[in-house]
Amino acid sequence: MNKKMLSLPYLFWSIAFILIPLGMIFFYGFTDKTGAFTLENILAISQAEHMKALWLSILLSLISTIICLALAYPLGLILTSMEVNQNGFIIVLFILPMWMNFLLRTLAWQTLLEKTGVINGILSFLHLPSLNIINTPYAIVLGMVYNFLPFMVLPIYNSLAKIDRNVINAAKDLGAGNLYILKRIILPLSFPGIVSGITMVFVPALTTFVISTLLGGSKILLIGNVIEQEFTQASNWYLGSGLSIVLMVFIIINMVLSAIFDKDGEGGLL
Amino acid sequence: MKKTVYRIYTSIIFLFLYAPIGTLMVLSFNSSKTRAKWGGFTLKWYSELFQNDAIMKALWNTLAIAFLSAVFASIIGTIACIAMTGMKKKWRSVLLGITNIPMLNADIVTGISLMLLFLTFGFKFGFLTILLSHITFNIPFVILSVMPRMQGLNPSTYEAALDLGAGPVQAFFKVVFPDILPGVLTGFLMAFTMSLDDFIITHFTKGAGVDTLSTKIYTEVKKGIKPEMYALSTLIFIAVILLLLLANSRSKIKSVKTAERGKS
Repeated sequence: MNKKMLSLPYLFWSIAFILIPLGMIFFYGFTDKTGAFTLENILAISQAEHMKALWLSILLSLISTIICLALAYPLGLILTSMEVNQNGFIIVLFILPMWMNFLLRTLAWQTLLEKTGVINGILSFLHLPSLNIINTPYAIVLGMVYNFLPFMVLPIYNSLAKIDRNVINAAKDLGAGNLYILKRIILPLSFPGIVSGITMVFVPALTTFVISTLLGGSKILLIGNVIEQEFTQASNWYLGSGLSIVLMVFIIINMVLSAIFDKDGEGGLL
Repeated sequence: MKKTVYRIYTSIIFLFLYAPIGTLMVLSFNSSKTRAKWGGFTLKWYSELFQNDAIMKALWNTLAIAFLSAVFASIIGTIACIAMTGMKKKWRSVLLGITNIPMLNADIVTGISLMLLFLTFGFKFGFLTILLSHITFNIPFVILSVMPRMQGLNPSTYEAALDLGAGPVQAFFKVVFPDILPGVLTGFLMAFTMSLDDFIITHFTKGAGVDTLSTKIYTEVKKGIKPEMYALSTLIFIAVILLLLLANSRSKIKSVKTAERGKS
């Protein structure tokens, strides 16, 4: 009896600040200014400019996710082989940058990437061609990889570190080569880490509006930018909510896919 | 040979992660106001920082919101965990499912949903709306770090305390709480960090005139960031490193002591 009362504060909080707000997005998304039901806000995604922003977001976030995975997996393997993890030192190294404001860190890339910036200074000193990617989609991809790489590294590293060394040693004793061990033991066992890394990178990359604002100049609009502007500048909450619902569909698809693949990964073990 | 390749690869990744931080630190000593050119070494931004009322106020707001939201989230989250252990499995998984929503959902959607809530119910946008939002996205971090500890508890110890005449509150604080304390502390620290680093949700739930460091930086982006900001973030970063080193050396001393005790 007593314990039931204890659940009340959180129950109240999650209804008031999680469920009702989500309901409001659906309410605004499916109504027009007069309060009548409409699908117009949802279908607005098919307008050319919105479609373009959505496609670009999907494309850039997919590319960033792939790059993060390609960088993080070898790193995870190296870090586990080094066995340097005393007191979670590695994890601290990846979390530490988060204590410097993420807007400032992303802005610092402007300084590094500019035409007369640090990187081009080094390149011209080495007589190499200059790199002009600031205010292009390439800079946005770089910003996404930079910001979200730790979210890919940490789950992969955790799942790799959990693998029992004896399993690998047993495979070696039985004559398996390194590549075979990677393919048949390490990869399947670390699959849940890969899947959760992909989710943790893809969702924030798909929905960002900050990175595109800071590194893409003002001309490149991602779907996050479109939604943000509907709320803060156009004050068209109906359209903004409608587009957010479309965005949520992609987030939910991603979650369902990861749940399926994660299950398969663990099912493959048995 | 293999080791060298490993080292080079790891160094490149860490260079990538830390290059912007180094850049910001260097910029905080740059006497030229624009970040495009180096105008010589100076410490003036550090002294001007403390006279810049707008930045100091934003810093105060940021710290106050981070601290208060972490405290409230820890209390509500811990109570929720206690309640959930006594629940039927079905209800518990429903509640845990709701808890996961703010974690898995995109920040922009969470921010917008809270903004719509505050708009509809006529909240005045400001410190309070930011605080309520931060508590909301912080509670899941507390629950996720307390829950495993809670499930690892032996319920008999609590019942034993009750049998021996302790009241439920006393039994909780004497028996249960010490065991889940590490989880609560981890949750508190995570909540504090998340609140400190948040921009997107604050952006949608703040009112005019109230700024945290993140939102202040965002409004400065177009006009050019004030170099005092670089100085401040450098100071915060160094403070965190010092705290970590301190905590690390203390835990080392502790582990050495326990090891010695184990020998004797």
